[in-house]
Amino acid sequence: MTTQKILLKLTVNGEARQALVHPMSRLLDVIREDFCLTGTKEGCGEGECGACSVILDGSLVNACLVPAIQAQGSTMRTVEGLAGVDLSPLQQAFLHHGGAQCGFCTPGMLVAGTYLLETDAVQDEDRAREGLSGNLCRCTGYVKIVDALLAAREGRP
Amino acid sequence: MNDYAHIGRSVLRREGRAKLTGAALFTDDLKIEGLLHGTTVRSRVPRGRIMGIHFEEGFPWEEFIIVTAQDIPGKNVVAHLIQEQPCLADGVINHAEEPILLLAHPDPERVQDARERVRVDVEPLPPVLSIEDSLRCDPVIWGEDNIFKTILITKGDPERARAKGHLQLEATYYTGAQEHVYIEPNAIIGEATPDGVLVRGSMQCPYYVHHALHELFQLPLDKVRAAQVETGGAFGGKEDYPSMLACHAALLSWKAGGRPVKIVYDREEDMACTTKRHPSRTRIRSAFAADGTLLSLDVEFLLDGGAYMTLSPVVLSRGALHASGPYRCPDLRIHARALATNTPPHGAFRGFGAPQSLFAIERHMDEAAHRLGLDPAELRRKNLLRTGDAMATGQIMRDEVDLIALMDRALAEIRYAEKRASYPVLNAGDEPVKRGVGFSVFMHGGGFTGSGETMLHSVAALEGTADGQVRVLAASTEMGQGANTVFTQVAAEALQAPLDLIVVATPDTGVVPNSGPTVASRTTQVVGKLIQDAALAMRKTLLDAGYLQDGDVAAAIRAYVAQHGTLRTESQYQKPDFVQWDDTTYRGDAYATYAWACYAADLRIDLVTYETQVADFVTVQEVGRVLNPTLAAGQIEGGVAQGIGWGLNEEVIWRQGSMANHQMSNYLIATAVDLPRIRVFFEERPYAYGPGGAKGIGELPMDGPAPALLNAVQHALQITPRQVPMTPEVLMDLVEGA
Ligand code: FES
Ligand code: FES
Repeated sequence: MTTQKILLKLTVNGEARQALVHPMSRLLDVIREDFCLTGTKEGCGEGECGACSVILDGSLVNACLVPAIQAQGSTMRTVEGLAGVDLSPLQQAFLHHGGAQCGFCTPGMLVAGTYLLETDAVQDEDRAREGLSGNLCRCTGYVKIVDALLAAREGRP
Repeated sequence: MNDYAHIGRSVLRREGRAKLTGAALFTDDLKIEGLLHGTTVRSRVPRGRIMGIHFEEGFPWEEFIIVTAQDIPGKNVVAHLIQEQPCLADGVINHAEEPILLLAHPDPERVQDARERVRVDVEPLPPVLSIEDSLRCDPVIWGEDNIFKTILITKGDPERARAKGHLQLEATYYTGAQEHVYIEPNAIIGEATPDGVLVRGSMQCPYYVHHALHELFQLPLDKVRAAQVETGGAFGGKEDYPSMLACHAALLSWKAGGRPVKIVYDREEDMACTTKRHPSRTRIRSAFAADGTLLSLDVEFLLDGGAYMTLSPVVLSRGALHASGPYRCPDLRIHARALATNTPPHGAFRGFGAPQSLFAIERHMDEAAHRLGLDPAELRRKNLLRTGDAMATGQIMRDEVDLIALMDRALAEIRYAEKRASYPVLNAGDEPVKRGVGFSVFMHGGGFTGSGETMLHSVAALEGTADGQVRVLAASTEMGQGANTVFTQVAAEALQAPLDLIVVATPDTGVVPNSGPTVASRTTQVVGKLIQDAALAMRKTLLDAGYLQDGDVAAAIRAYVAQHGTLRTESQYQKPDFVQWDDTTYRGDAYATYAWACYAADLRIDLVTYETQVADFVTVQEVGRVLNPTLAAGQIEGGVAQGIGWGLNEEVIWRQGSMANHQMSNYLIATAVDLPRIRVFFEERPYAYGPGGAKGIGELPMDGPAPALLNAVQHALQITPRQVPMTPEVLMDLVEGA
């Protein structure tokens, strides 16, 4: 890439961050390499698996498809920002229900699930499944992930 | 009733918290100083001779580390069962993804760019691209006859018995390749100097990698080390292939004077180049009495092994040993062969040959029922094995399992009888959506085949630490299936200690003994037992030394270690006394025990789009004692999802010996909307030789879905599908051709 680097400034998990990057770098690489937030994963690099899901200015996006410049001035949440002192209710439900097996899809699932809960898109099992359909998991067959999401919505463990 | 403190309880996943916060570090997440990025230049031709390698002129090649076969310090081989597959092609090419040359550079983009600037001139030779071509020896590409391995299992006289049959049936069944699509692609970091080689990465079997590095570098065993890093799914796909990556990364590092080299495949490379499930062709000739009694079976089972032998003989063996299904058959012959073709070597994938042969027999039973005018459940009732019956190899079924009751439970859960009767009536209407219900009955042998476990001599150990903890030392890896948690439960139970006392050590060949590979549904059943025994031995040591009077295990360990310096107990595999096996005749106890199951599917098939939707899926299985219900159900659900994919959607499209659809966008694995709520029921009968009574379960759920689905397709549409995946295109051809 020959283009000039830009100073990218954004709020990541509530903290002001900046990095000198090529404007067309993938946001995924900026998150992983420049911000050292390796919780966000790369499973395909083509927008199919959702392992790289992050919440960018209130929208759920695949960070592997977003050029860095698009994140200029934005507010971003990654899996590292989901827990407070303790796990979030969704993280707790994942732990309790066995929603994570190998754990590689899990950060993306949690970010997508958090987005779905916050946008009230989990009224029932069908809606939960639809909401998660951009995130692939090869380990679980989704049953326990869906259960965790429904439990978190109802405030159950 | 549960008399145990930890066993049988849904103990939370030990590494769960790290996986939920993003703290768990996978290979590509590790920060390493001075890292180089490696990549692979491959053949694009399925078979040929390398005539020359050209590097684009004017490109700064001096910046790059370049490795060819000539740079290998020891043997140019990725050692496995035999020493056959080259680490880098030298002169000849046997498949279209064969690695030829390696490159490394500090900048990952530069190295990918450079890969495009290397041209390999290949003189093509005619390839063998199918089982049929391989059988015809057109041309011979391996040995004298393209056959990696032949297995023959015989009992009685199937030809004579066949002649007495009221129904004689012959049919051929086909299954396609399947890609694992673990969500974490393969990733390895190698560091190699003459003083020693260390490889870390995503892998199932550190000691396989260790063996391969030892042969490649011809260094002493204690100078090579392989350590697993958190692994993002494997399913067999990281059983033998990581040895290849490990060799490549280590070679680049060797040439770079010991600088660490990382190789991470992108999704396309991972899908195209790594192993897949063996495609198969199974011809079954059977004979039945008028009442449905199975009289004779003659099975010809063929696997496409790809370009090198790798694991094919063992996959073939498991396939052959499951080929007659869970049935009594006095006269049978199973003739199995693994064949060479010029595709990338096929390898381990959950089920390991059994899904292929069980698919054939379970479809065949439904076809036979149809021809005999019997309900498929009736036919099975006549023929299912009962305790004390002889199996194909003469093995006496010891497991006290009532397979008929198991089947009936699954059928009741899915309301089989009612749907069997009502769907044809519904389907006679004009609605384009047709309904069908079907099921399969099957088993899966736990642990290595035959004398395999005895030959492995697996060892696991426990170590008490100065601060009162217990480290579990085993080479068996956590890859999502829950090994860490189950090992913790088993060790804590036997020691009568709290869970928090137990720490499962990283599987690193420099630290842990060889408990064998993490495969074959053996981790809980076989290695778990070793850990249980080592823990019982540790408890006895503490008791005998007088440290455990008040029951405080941590305090006892601290005191013991303070007094004696170390506390370590080991256990080595001992085969159960009753297990007798003859590898030359294929007679005897093929597996010490089996898990048994019946899976049932309820389908909706849309005759406008030819899409098949699984409306309900029921699994009933007998797996010994369930050590952790949540983890066990998770294994079944995940395995069923993969099985449904193999049955309906996951099609590897081959073009000149390469996977053409090597992207997630055109090789489709199921999303949450494609699957029903998979229903899981366990029957628990403690197995005397498993830890806490457990048997292996990891592979079982892969075996049942495909035949259950296609049996339901036959019920819905009155056609006889004989191949998977049953994609909409295949189904359309079948329906419109019918
Ligand atoms: S890595 Fe971004 S969607 Fe797969
Ligand atoms: S838990 Fe492994 S891919 Fe989802």
